[in-house]
Amino acid sequence: MIEGLAALYIFLLAGFTGFEIISRVPVILHTPLMSGSNFVHGIVLVGAMIALGIAETTSQQVIGFIAVLLAAGNAVGGYVVTERMLEMFKTTGKQDNKGAHK
Amino acid sequence: MELIIQISYLLAAVLFILGLKQMSSPVTARRGIHWAGAGMVVATLVTFAAEEITGNEQAATNVMLIIIAIALGGGYAWYTGKRVAMTDMPQMIAMYNGMGGGAAAAIAAVELLKAQAAVQSGSYSSIPDYLGADVTVLAILGAIIGTIAFSGSIIAWAKLDGRLNTSKLLPQQQLINLILAVVLVVLAVNVYLSGSLNLIIAFFVLALVLGVFITVPVGGADMPVIISLFNALTGLAVGFEGYVLGNAAMIIAGTVVGSAGTLLTHLMAKAMNRSVANVFFSGFGTGPAAEASADIGGTQKEVQAQDVGIMMAYATQVIVIPGYGMAVAQAQHKIWELTQLLTEKGVKVKFAIHPVAGRMPGHMNVLLAEAGVPYDMIYDMEDINADFPNTTVTLVIGANDVVNPAAKKDPSSPLFGMPTLNAEASQNVIVIKRGRGTGFSGVENPLFVADNTRMLFGDGQKVANELIQAVKEL
Repeated sequence: MIEGLAALYIFLLAGFTGFEIISRVPVILHTPLMSGSNFVHGIVLVGAMIALGIAETTSQQVIGFIAVLLAAGNAVGGYVVTERMLEMFKTTGKQDNKGAHK
Repeated sequence: MELIIQISYLLAAVLFILGLKQMSSPVTARRGIHWAGAGMVVATLVTFAAEEITGNEQAATNVMLIIIAIALGGGYAWYTGKRVAMTDMPQMIAMYNGMGGGAAAAIAAVELLKAQAAVQSGSYSSIPDYLGADVTVLAILGAIIGTIAFSGSIIAWAKLDGRLNTSKLLPQQQLINLILAVVLVVLAVNVYLSGSLNLIIAFFVLALVLGVFITVPVGGADMPVIISLFNALTGLAVGFEGYVLGNAAMIIAGTVVGSAGTLLTHLMAKAMNRSVANVFFSGFGTGPAAEASADIGGTQKEVQAQDVGIMMAYATQVIVIPGYGMAVAQAQHKIWELTQLLTEKGVKVKFAIHPVAGRMPGHMNVLLAEAGVPYDMIYDMEDINADFPNTTVTLVIGANDVVNPAAKKDPSSPLFGMPTLNAEASQNVIVIKRGRGTGFSGVENPLFVADNTRMLFGDGQKVANELIQAVKEL
């Protein structure tokens, strides 16, 4: 379990990490990256599974079920769409990518 | 087992960060999504062994429900994700993002309901007494953010998908939204204090409504900013719910996306010379601004594909400026074919991409990449703007606002101040366009009536085909 100040450190460091990652991305990759980050927050699936796992009453189970359903859609859809977009970037015949994007 | 689970979560978080990092370069981008995907699979699998799930009395039923829900939700997303056309990508991202926000909100709902049940049974005095004050606050915050991102993203999807065309819901919408937001905060505080079931339900319903009300008035041209913002918000909500569940992978991944998404949203808004607040409150591109813009006078001069073909074949340099119209017409493959023909004839061809061309930043790059255009032929606005005076022909296909010179010269234009591509500085400008109307934002474009501009009317793909024929015949 992560509590209190330790969580604050994680929030802070993860925040800086995200900032660093995006600040060096060329415009060419903005849409795939938005899609990729959309996939990454699909990790909510793990939380949704736990939410359904701890459910005790029917109403909690129903909401937990919806949570897993939606989260799985986020994770799988985010992956498929990002993968499809990035697949296209392999078709460049040239190795040299200097100059065009900085 | 607990240790294995925690280490797996850590591994997943590392894979997410490295994956995103690799996605920041075209060379390694593909490997990046595979790494992140591997992280997701590991995290999902170990969660089945989590004590919270296996220790529950209803473990058998719940695990079954989890598997069914993953199969249904994942199957639906797999099917739609594989089938969606590249042009419709933005609304699908909005949709999947909304689902994530909804999931985060639902997690909060389960936690709050469990706490509420505990309070009702009399063993605890209030929700924070059961969950802890910090957890309750973050659960409620995550619930607000996730729910708004959920209903807002669905509206964004419906608008981009052409299922919802209205931008007006109620008079004084902004004022109503403000009042609703205040009521929502009051409700949230009361949920924290009292823990009544009705209050919790009212709280979620109001957050849903607010998400809808915030998104409906946003103009179509601003949609990329909204989608990006909701993406960041979902990340934040996931991070908060991660704290609620004590799950490190969720905290790290959610917060990384939250901050990366916030920066991306800011970059996009800046590219359009608008602040994020402006996007929400000015209602740009929703009608009145377009009507108010003055008649620019002048006439559009038409030209035939035959003549344009000759003009380009003997040019020294051609710059192609694609816009959303090219995406709609699916003309990118034909344009690439044309580019190859021209290159064979010794013409230098470049592609100029405005940061907000299309419906999302980078949207055009994806489409051009799909057609096979190498990314070293594609230039960002800052890199190419000085090159327009040396250009014989600038071919604008399906773009409008991003080449509008009024953004530089006319302070009364709603676009004023937005950086644009200097198409007007080239020797000849050819605009391929379906009709004479205004663009997505509804703003008149003086470029279309400029002396060095000729209009080539028709469907983008058909016109590109005619151009190919014209060049071939030479």
